[in-house]
Amino acid sequence: MTSRAQILARVKENQPELKPLPPAELILSENWGKTPDTVQQQPASANAGQTLHNLEQFRSVLTTIGGALIEVPSYGEILEYLKEHYQAEQRIISTLPELSSIAEPGWENNDPHSLENVDLAIISAHFGVAENAALWITEDLMQQRVAPFICQQLAVVVSKNEILATMHDAYARIGEAEYGFGAFIAGPSKTADIEQSLVLGAHGPKGMTVFLIG
Amino acid sequence: MGTGTKDHAQLSDVFNEDEARVNWHDETLWFVRAKRDKAAHNIPEWEMLREIASQIKDNVLSDLHSYLLEFEANAQENGITVHWAADGEEHNRIVRQILKENGVDRIVKSKSMLTEECHLNEYLQQHDIEVIDTDLGERIVQLAEEPPSHIVLPCIHKKKEEIGELFHEHLGTPEGMSDPVFLTAAARVHLREKFITRRAAITGVNFAVAETGEFVVCTNEGNADMGAHLADVHIACMGIEKLVPQRKHLSVFLRLLARSATGQPITTYSSHFKKPRPRQTMHIVLVDNGRTKQLGRPDFRNSLKCIRCGACMNTCPVYRRSGGHSYHTAIAGPIGSILAPNLDMKQYADLPFASTLCGSCTNVCPVKINIHEQLYKWRQVIVKEGHADPAKSIAMKAMEFTLSSPSVYKIAGKTGRMVMKYAPFMVNNKLNLWYNQREMPEPPKQSFGEWYKQQDFSKEKTN
Repeated sequence: MTSRAQILARVKENQPELKPLPPAELILSENWGKTPDTVQQQPASANAGQTLHNLEQFRSVLTTIGGALIEVPSYGEILEYLKEHYQAEQRIISTLPELSSIAEPGWENNDPHSLENVDLAIISAHFGVAENAALWITEDLMQQRVAPFICQQLAVVVSKNEILATMHDAYARIGEAEYGFGAFIAGPSKTADIEQSLVLGAHGPKGMTVFLIG
Repeated sequence: MGTGTKDHAQLSDVFNEDEARVNWHDETLWFVRAKRDKAAHNIPEWEMLREIASQIKDNVLSDLHSYLLEFEANAQENGITVHWAADGEEHNRIVRQILKENGVDRIVKSKSMLTEECHLNEYLQQHDIEVIDTDLGERIVQLAEEPPSHIVLPCIHKKKEEIGELFHEHLGTPEGMSDPVFLTAAARVHLREKFITRRAAITGVNFAVAETGEFVVCTNEGNADMGAHLADVHIACMGIEKLVPQRKHLSVFLRLLARSATGQPITTYSSHFKKPRPRQTMHIVLVDNGRTKQLGRPDFRNSLKCIRCGACMNTCPVYRRSGGHSYHTAIAGPIGSILAPNLDMKQYADLPFASTLCGSCTNVCPVKINIHEQLYKWRQVIVKEGHADPAKSIAMKAMEFTLSSPSVYKIAGKTGRMVMKYAPFMVNNKLNLWYNQREMPEPPKQSFGEWYKQQDFSKEKTN
């Protein structure tokens, strides 16, 4: 008997009587804390209020976890900001065609180890989550999986209309999307393993800037 | 673990030799517990989240057979090789075989309590394979040749000065340097070289999704990602209970995990691995190692709902004052004390007694495991099976005899009060561990029963 067969047989023998999953509408509800029958359609004005609330919460949480938020009307301002804060000799990579004038070309198909000395990576996110300032980024937006982790500084561009309230909204948005790899990234890499002292920049980026665009 | 045959109480004595350190340890963990409370209280629907998480995990355990098959099929469809290991030894053999086939003898590993449980590092080192733990806390205890003392905060028992000494010895940092920022930067440089040069990476798994065949790994440091995305071979090791049915269920668990663990709203990285990169191979090792046995124990099966947040440890008055190493098992604290006896009831017979049964662990558990009730139930099983410390068994039998007869109880009470009044040294001596570091209480003059008889309740009745 293989271990697989043995494990499966023992699981079958020992698992208790079937218990149902909780109702699906509870898990994806945008109205946590309310029961399904009290969830009502919100008027358009309330949605606008919610968007503003999400933005404020996102900003506040991102700052708390060590990130920085910069609101920009368009990519032009991002370019200006980067030119001001980074020198020509620094290695900058980006997945965004709008920023190609300041970024290195052709890195996408090289060995991932070659990104070892990248100073700044600028990529975009599908959306952000207000409750924890996490940004959902899939492999197609990273080009190389290691890019947002190996760089010294990470910058992420996200539309200001794409800040969702909670993780339930996030997974409702992700739905059945196909990806090889995807990650929620919330702030710079950090550790508190030495006497609970928070230090930014454990293995990954030492800083994270979010450009809220639009 | 090199703790020999010492039990929890004896190992706690060792930890308690340095009172200042115990107080510091206690306060640091309570600080983490307080951060958890703050994070939980920020979510008005927190209790509902716990309830839903608990129900999802109940469903998983009740239908684990189908979910395992579904997960396996989907993971294979995604191009991941799935292995099954009945126990720790088989798990270790599988990992070694994969490394051998790829000609790898140096690897990086991010945090995985499962590999601690299986003693993978020792096994691989015996077979001339070098393992570098890349989580900072785990690297520190690895350099110190110690096991982690906490599942989320592996070196919470160490002072920064000791870490400074270790780094001076192994990483060449200046002597006497103990600044956490400086030491972390030194570790970053040291470990980056490992990430760049190692061709295989092992990670743990926080959640695996049956519906999609993907798995999620959560870290703050980014070490799992640095290892996995640079390596040619990624091996993810997971217990069979780590499954969740659907992708959307991750929302519930990712909301609960970091808030319960450290009070963060989410870990910095929640990485969803679904397919290997081009030219990369990805393996998942599904491990039983006693889990199917625990599944068959109705009183203890729901310990398998655990998501390894460590909240029960941070809140536990015994853990905070005895340290993780006193539990002499990979997973310390209250949850470890109900998992370990399943693996070896005799070896871990002391652990369910390392609790005050105050219930705080149960109150903070994000998946509503009735931890303190299970500790109490294990005590009964252990005594019945004859694994309890003889002194404890005799004391329990004496207690049973005393409490089961009213006349014996009265005589015992009277004798106790006499002894305490006239001969306190009879109980307050080295043979009675209860009085170790405690003062004698003032004995009452009479029992409640005696006092009650003397009262005149006639007045109250007329009121």
